[in-house]
Amino acid sequence: MKPRHAVSRWVTVLVILHGIVACAGFFAPYDPVEQNRNNPYLPPMRLHFVDAQGHFHARPFVYAVKLREDTFDQYEDDSRQPNPVRFFVNGSRYYLLGFLPSRLHLFAGEKNRVCLMGSDGYGRDQFSRFLFGGQISLLAGFMGAGLTLLIGWCIGIIAGYYGGFLDDLLMRVAELFMALPWLYLLFAIRAFLPLSVSPTKAFLLIVGVLGGVGWARPARLVRSVVLSAKERDFVRAARGFGANDLYLMRRHILPETASVIWTQLAILIPQFVMAEMTLSFLGLGVPEPAPSWGNLLSSLQQYSVLVSYWWMYLPALLMVPFFLGYLRFASSLQEHGEPYKMEGGVLRG
Amino acid sequence: MKKCVFQSLRSGIRVGALLSVPFLAQIFISSAHPSSPQKNSDEELLALPGELGRSGGRLVVSLRGEPKTLNPLIATDARSREVIGVMQADLVHINRATQLTEPALAKSWKVSSDGLQYTLVLRSGIKFSDGQPLAADDVLFSFRVYLDENVHAPQRDLLIVGGKPIAVRKQDEHTLLFQLAKPYGAGERLFDGLAILPKHLLEKPYQEGKLAQIATLSTALNQWAGLGPFRLKEYVAGQRLVLERNPYYWKSDSSGKRLPYLDELVFLFVPNADAQVLKFQSGETDIISQLGAENFSVLSRQMKSYAMADAGPGLEYNFLFFNLNGDTEKTSPELRRKQKWFRDVKFRQAVSAGVDRAAIVRLVYQGRGAAIWGLVTPGNHRWGDEKLEHPQRSVEKARELLKQAGFSWRQGPDGDQALRDPEGNAVEFSILTSSSNADRSKMATLLQDDLKQLGMRVQIVPLEFRSLLDRVTQTKDFEACVMGIASFDADPNSDVNVLLSGGATHLWNPSQAHPASPWEAEIDRLMQEQLSARTFEQRKKLYNRAQEILAENQPMIFLASPDILVGAKNTIGNFRAVILEPYALWNVEQLYIKNGTENVAR
Repeated sequence: MKPRHAVSRWVTVLVILHGIVACAGFFAPYDPVEQNRNNPYLPPMRLHFVDAQGHFHARPFVYAVKLREDTFDQYEDDSRQPNPVRFFVNGSRYYLLGFLPSRLHLFAGEKNRVCLMGSDGYGRDQFSRFLFGGQISLLAGFMGAGLTLLIGWCIGIIAGYYGGFLDDLLMRVAELFMALPWLYLLFAIRAFLPLSVSPTKAFLLIVGVLGGVGWARPARLVRSVVLSAKERDFVRAARGFGANDLYLMRRHILPETASVIWTQLAILIPQFVMAEMTLSFLGLGVPEPAPSWGNLLSSLQQYSVLVSYWWMYLPALLMVPFFLGYLRFASSLQEHGEPYKMEGGVLRG
Repeated sequence: MKKCVFQSLRSGIRVGALLSVPFLAQIFISSAHPSSPQKNSDEELLALPGELGRSGGRLVVSLRGEPKTLNPLIATDARSREVIGVMQADLVHINRATQLTEPALAKSWKVSSDGLQYTLVLRSGIKFSDGQPLAADDVLFSFRVYLDENVHAPQRDLLIVGGKPIAVRKQDEHTLLFQLAKPYGAGERLFDGLAILPKHLLEKPYQEGKLAQIATLSTALNQWAGLGPFRLKEYVAGQRLVLERNPYYWKSDSSGKRLPYLDELVFLFVPNADAQVLKFQSGETDIISQLGAENFSVLSRQMKSYAMADAGPGLEYNFLFFNLNGDTEKTSPELRRKQKWFRDVKFRQAVSAGVDRAAIVRLVYQGRGAAIWGLVTPGNHRWGDEKLEHPQRSVEKARELLKQAGFSWRQGPDGDQALRDPEGNAVEFSILTSSSNADRSKMATLLQDDLKQLGMRVQIVPLEFRSLLDRVTQTKDFEACVMGIASFDADPNSDVNVLLSGGATHLWNPSQAHPASPWEAEIDRLMQEQLSARTFEQRKKLYNRAQEILAENQPMIFLASPDILVGAKNTIGNFRAVILEPYALWNVEQLYIKNGTENVAR
C-alpha cells in the first residue's frame, strides 16, 4: 500500500472515532451525570436476539435486572422481563457538537435503562460517561496540543530565522522548560487557586498549563527546519532580489515547517489526552461529577474496585483505538514525509 | 488521623467547659470480681470472666504507619495511642463491650455525697513490667506530671474541672483522694485512658525537664515500663514493633492463670488500607480492623481461614454543616451574602429534608451503616433520643420550606429549575471534603446530586485534611463542609465540645465567647445541667432535649454512621469486635491462639 493511502486510512479511522465522541449526546443513551441509585456497579448488559423460549427477535433486547436480596452489587437477569432496545428515541436533553439542543438518542431501553458498559458506584451509565468523557479529554488534548504548537512554532521560527543572541536566549529558555516537571508545576498552581474552581475553569487551567509547558520540543524542531530552509539557494536568491523577511517567511519558510507541525500534532494530541487523564486520575483535573477519561479510571485506584468490578477497566480498553489511531497516523506521516522529519525527536515527543 | 485530631481538639476544650453541681450516681463500687492471689499472697489480681485460653503464640496486626512515641505524655496520634493502649493501664477503665466503667488498677472507688471527692483504693502487690512495685506515689507522680504546665501533656485539659486542676492526695499507701473543684458528671470516666507512669524511671528525667525525650521507639528495654499486658521487646524502624508478654500483669482468667495468654504482639507498619487488606488476605496479619465497607465485602467473598464480623454502627457520625460564623472584617462579601441563606433555619431544614440518607448508607457503606438524624448513633444504646423523628427524604417538603423562606425557582436554559434567593441570586455554594477519605467524597457527590434536585448548584472541593481543618476552625473561609467525628466514649460528655457554643469543635461557629443564638444558649444550659444531674434518667432527659433542639435547628445535618467492620483468623480465641476504640484489641490480654494452630515464627 502506498504511504498516502496509509495516511488517509488512519485519518478516516480517527475522523470516525472523533465524530462519535463529538456527537456523544446522540450516541450515548443517557445523561452522563444522572445517578441511578438502585443500580450501583451494574455489570454490562448482554444484548439478546433469542428469548428464553427460543424465539428469535429481530429487535435486540436486554433483560431487566434484579438486585439479589441483602446484597449491594449482586444482580441477576429477570428472563421474564425482556427490555427491547429502541432506536432513535427521545431522552435526556443535550447539545449536539456543543450548541445544537436536541433530545434524540440513537438507542435506549424501552422500559429500563440499557447499560452496555455497566454502571459505576453511583449507578451512572458507563457507556454514556465514556463518550461524554471523551469530549472533555480529547478537547483538552486538541487545545493543549494547539496551544503548545502555536507557541513552539512562533518561537522556533523567530529563533531559527533571526539566529544570534535571540536564538541563544530562546533556546536556553526552551531547555529550562524541558527540565520543568510539569506535574509538580500543576500541583503548585492548583494550590494557589481559589477553593472552588468551576469545571470549565479547571478545564481551561489544565489546558493552559499543559500547553504552556510543552512548547520547547516543537520549538526546537521548527527551529532546525527553519535553519536549514533559510540557507536554501532559492531562499538566498529571493533575498538577493530584495524580498523582505515577511515575504520570505510566508512564501518559503513557513510552508517548509508544515509537515513537522502535522507530525507533532499527531504525537502531541494523545500525549496531552494522557496528561489530562493523569491529572483527573489524581483528582486534580476536571471535578466530579463531570466525566473525563481520567475520572472514569480513577475509581480503579481502590483495591476493592480493582478486584470486584472488571467492567471498570472497559473505558481503558476503548481508549486504545484512539491512541493507536494517532500513533499510526504519526508514523505513516513520517514514512511518506521528507527526510528532515526523521531527525530524532519526532517520535520521542 | 481525623480521630486523633478531634480527640485532642476535644480534650482541648475541656478547659473552657465549665461544669457544675453535685453528682451522686455511684456511691460505692467494689471490685466486680473477687481477686485471686497467685504466687504472691498479697497480690490482688483482677480475674476476668470468659472463655479460658491457652498460653503462648504471637498475634500480628497491622498499624497504619509507625507510632511516633511510646510516651503517653506526648502521644497525640492514633497509632501511638493504639500501641500505648496495650502497654499501659489506667485506674478505672471503661469496658469497651458494656460501655460501663470497671475497676482496673483501682479495685474500688467512692464518690462523696457532694460529688467533689473521689476516693480510689489501689490494688495491692501490683508490679510494673520491669518488676518494680506500684505504689500510691506513682499515682501522685503521674498526676503531677500530667498537670504540670511545662510538660504540655495532652491529658492536662481533661484533668481541669471547673477551671481548676484536680487535686490528688495520698491517704495511705493504697488510698488516694481526688478533689474536684466542681462536680463532674460520670467523673470516674475521667480516669479511663490515663496511664499510671513509673515514678522510678521518670522522676529524674522529669526534674531535668527531659520527659519528652524518653520512651521513644528506640528506647532501651530497661528504660521503660508500664502496667499494661505487653512490654517492649524489639523495634525495627519502618517495619515492625514487637511487644512481649508482661510477666507481672495484674489480670488473670477465671481459673486464676495470669494473663495475657499471648507471648508476643507484633505491630506491622502498613501505610494504607488496601495494603492492610492484602496482608490480611495473605495471612501475614491475624486481625484487621477499621475496614471500609468495600474492602470488607472483598474479604467476605473470599473468606476461608478467617471470619469477618460486622459489629454494627459505631459512634462515628458524619454530617454536613454550613459556615455560621459571625461577621468579621475578613469575611468576603460573597460569603456574607451566602451566609444569609445558611443562617435561615428553613434553608437548613430544607437541605436536611432533601438529603437521601438511605442512598448514602447503601452506596457509600454498601448497607453497612445506619442513617442518622442526630449525633447519637444507633450504636450508642443508652443515650439516643427515642422521640427524635426520622423523616424520610422529601423533595416536596424541602421545596415547601424553601418557598416559605422566600426562595423561588427560575427556569434554566437546560430546562432545569435554578433556585434563586429572595434577592434573585442563584443559590450556589461549595462543600469541602477531606481528599483522603473516599467515603466522605462519595457522600458529597451524592449530596451534590440531591441538592441539584432542589435547584442548588453545589461544587465539591476535596482538600487535604489538615488544610480543611485549618479553614474550618482557624481562617473560617469556607461555605459548607462534610465531616465526621468519632466519639471515643458513648457518654454525652465526650461530645460536649461539639455542642457547647464555646467548644473548639462546635464546628459551624467554634469557640464563641457568648452563644450566638437563643437555641445555642439553650443547648449550653442543657449540657451543663446534665453534667450535674444526679441520675441517669435526669441526664438523659436533658440530653434528649438538647438533641431535639439540634434536630429543629439543623446546624449539623446528620447523614450516616458506618458500621465497625473487622476480621480475624479463625484460630484467634476470645476475639470479639466492639464499637468503641480500639475495636479489635480492647481485650488483647484475653486473646489466644487456639490449640494446634500456633503461628510459625516469621
